[in-house]
Amino acid sequence: MSVVLESVTKTFEDPQRPAGKVTAVDGVTLEVNDGELVTLLGPSGCGKTTALRIIAGFESATSGRVLIDGQDVSAMSPHVRNTAMVFQSYAIFPHLTVAQNVAFGLEMRGRARSEIEFRVQSILELVGLAGLEHRSPEQLSGGQQQRVALARAIITEPRVLLFDEPLSNLDAKLREQMRGEVRKLQRRLAITSVYVTHDQSEAMALSDRIVVMDAGRVQQVGAPLEIYARPASRFVADFLGRVNFLEGDVTDIQPDRVSILVRGRSLEVPASRSDLRVGEAASLVVRPETIRLTQASTGVSGAFVGTIRRAVYLGSTAEYDIDWDGGTLLAVVSSPLEHGLLLEGTRIAFDFPAATAHVLPHPPGRRD
Amino acid sequence: MGTQAVVRWWAQAVYDLRRLRDEPLLGAAIAAIFALLLLFILYPLARVLTVSLFPDGTLTLRLYREFLGSWFIRQAFVNSVLMGVLTAVGGTLVGFLFAFTLTRTDIPGKSLLTLAAILPIISPPFVSALAIILLFGNNGLITRQLLGFQEFAIYGMRGLLLAQIFTFFPVAYLTLRGVLESLGGTLEDAAMNLGATRWKAFRRVTLPLCLPGIASALLILFIESLADFGNPLILGGSGFPVLSVQVYLQVTGMYDLPGGAALAVVLLIPSVTTFLVQRYWISRKRYVTVTGKPTRAVIRAVSQRMRWVLFIACAAVALFVLLFYATILVGAFSRAWGADHRFTLRNFGYVFGVGAQAIQDTLIIAVTSSPLAGLLGMAIAFLVIRRRFPGRQAMEFISILNFAVPGTVIGIGYILAFNQRPLLLTGTAIILVANFLFRYIPVGIQSGMAGLRQIDPAIEEAATNLGASTPVTFRRITLPLLVPAFFSGLVFSFVRAMTAISAAIFLVSADWNLMTVQILSQTEAGRLGAAAAFSVLLILIVLLAIGIIRLILGQLFEYRYQAAFG
Repeated sequence: MSVVLESVTKTFEDPQRPAGKVTAVDGVTLEVNDGELVTLLGPSGCGKTTALRIIAGFESATSGRVLIDGQDVSAMSPHVRNTAMVFQSYAIFPHLTVAQNVAFGLEMRGRARSEIEFRVQSILELVGLAGLEHRSPEQLSGGQQQRVALARAIITEPRVLLFDEPLSNLDAKLREQMRGEVRKLQRRLAITSVYVTHDQSEAMALSDRIVVMDAGRVQQVGAPLEIYARPASRFVADFLGRVNFLEGDVTDIQPDRVSILVRGRSLEVPASRSDLRVGEAASLVVRPETIRLTQASTGVSGAFVGTIRRAVYLGSTAEYDIDWDGGTLLAVVSSPLEHGLLLEGTRIAFDFPAATAHVLPHPPGRRD
Repeated sequence: MGTQAVVRWWAQAVYDLRRLRDEPLLGAAIAAIFALLLLFILYPLARVLTVSLFPDGTLTLRLYREFLGSWFIRQAFVNSVLMGVLTAVGGTLVGFLFAFTLTRTDIPGKSLLTLAAILPIISPPFVSALAIILLFGNNGLITRQLLGFQEFAIYGMRGLLLAQIFTFFPVAYLTLRGVLESLGGTLEDAAMNLGATRWKAFRRVTLPLCLPGIASALLILFIESLADFGNPLILGGSGFPVLSVQVYLQVTGMYDLPGGAALAVVLLIPSVTTFLVQRYWISRKRYVTVTGKPTRAVIRAVSQRMRWVLFIACAAVALFVLLFYATILVGAFSRAWGADHRFTLRNFGYVFGVGAQAIQDTLIIAVTSSPLAGLLGMAIAFLVIRRRFPGRQAMEFISILNFAVPGTVIGIGYILAFNQRPLLLTGTAIILVANFLFRYIPVGIQSGMAGLRQIDPAIEEAATNLGASTPVTFRRITLPLLVPAFFSGLVFSFVRAMTAISAAIFLVSADWNLMTVQILSQTEAGRLGAAAAFSVLLILIVLLAIGIIRLILGQLFEYRYQAAFG
């Protein structure tokens, strides 16, 4: 089953705004392939939840179409769409037991009593809730409620599984454990899934592809690695992980690489770009963990030189704010136990492999 | 509204209708509810208006001109409004006193004070009037027996004001108690923590935050006072005419239905205006909703001396209320009030003999109408809050409109609307059931809405998402979760159906009579003992019914009246 959004737009009336309305989803076009898990990732208010609710049918698109498995469902009532959603608040029916909650969707489909019992049993075993059939929801822990919500959704064998920030109410440890389980289940059942989250590490860990959204629009679509390594804009670069922008000028463009002059040093970045012009400004996207530090006294030729202004020891990593060229640069070094911690005020030389950097054209009229 | 807005509205309506194709049952339910609301709420009102404008078949303002020219009617209008204002101010003051004292101090005897503030709500609205006559009337215990007055003018404005304040202050109390409880004490703590004295904390924090609630209580009491019928009928006399009674007298005394209808319209105007102000202006200014869980109230907000002042004030009011009820109780067991106070069961013998039919009728009608009102209230609350369909706001407005319409106006409307085929209902039980059902759904709707606001919408969405149509979602998920709201709506409409008089007095017949109407006619006939016995019995039935329902529900929910007035 595939899910297709065709230039879906949703505007809400909002008398508070000067325009009288607010555009929550703005011309979103998207295709989720059969069995794929696609994450809608973005800050709160970016339209990701609205887009999800449009697929489920809880909101109606102002314009555009939603197709599930090639069928236009835009005008279909939510209860006949056969999409199952896992809600942020779990939305467990508080007056029904665990088994009754899980059985609800099959009952609605008019399945036989014996079939329901059998399938409820096997799905509860699958999600690790066997033995809790007759518990009432308030007797369950947060993680168990989460599993009930999941079981209740997948038992109906929906055409699409929808997740609305399902793990945001769990504590950090459980969240990591559950996201592994969600991914395993989704792969095993091969259900086409759309997953909404604002947590970029969750998106990276779960997704086949990530759709980064901002202000109602799709900013970039791609596999986690691709989006992290080659963000399409400063927003995407900034939203996924942490980032340094190094400003420079394009000096040469070859079919497979771009040369950029940064603070008197020419860096060759492998890229095949048509949106850059020689002589124009550009930004280099440099991830903090790619920066390598050495004490300046040892004198590494060709490297940048700066001063450590702040050092933060975090156990598995150490973070350094480096004063450099009138700005601040962030470097993250792994295993400080092994390499030793650098002190604040130390002059250091730093460098990064040009192959890991990414070039973005500098937006016109902006210089920061 | 610009053209663009109209186009957008139209597009949305078309879209919503298209979606109803997947939900034929939902569409049918919406249509059926609309049909019922139109028939039993709007149509009677429309009949009142048309009959008053077309008394002889042609459009004329003759009736209105006549009334405007009549000194007596002008006086009645002035009296009604004056009484409304005074009752609103007095009742809100007493209500605030009770609400503040009970939420912000730890005085002794709280449960007795609460009882005094609740009792008037579950008794017929003219019990105060009856008690006042027993105590202060021509043969009154206090005026005649204790003080020896031969003539004491309790009839008229003073007596009526007293009766109305005692009848309606509980409404203000419940509204303001909700506000004060949901404000909690933390804000006052914060104010005092920042250096405010207790008085300053009250003046600068508590009172301003209560103002919307106080305004709301004032307007609601104004509406209730305008609509009140039993008290002025007993206490007003000819010296102090008020509109609600004049409407009734015009119809039953002079057999002048068009005239009564025109007067009803005159009465309707201030009521509905006030209602619209309350609903669309004041209630938007609320800082807090009355639905939250009450936080533990502070008891430091009041000084030790003030605490005693408040206690004495409340105790005085409560004593008066309890005195009223004690009077009724004693009156019910006395041979002849004012003359022979020896114990007798004769009054009850009379009630069970002559009044047995009325008791049975009242019970049948109340037991039929209140569950229906509860169910319909939940259904409308659900549709209005959780579903989109064209006319949603109209449905909400029409269904709560009756809250603002004085009972006498509804009574006339029902006579006018349902006195000929194919809608011949006068004289039947159906007209009484329909009357109570549609008059008291606002209560159910309000508590249903309050209940729904506490239920995560995602729970119902989950059901829909799993394949449940709207009717199935409502039956399997929403209704079970709304059980507390349903029963609080049910209890309230049961109490009202048992105790209401103003509309019902037009609709009773030889076949179907009501206890309240009996009490009133006994009072008018001077059989005060029988009236008192009827009242005692009625209050006992109401208490028993509430007790039974609470028992059945057990600990399922905490019974509160609040939602009824939210």
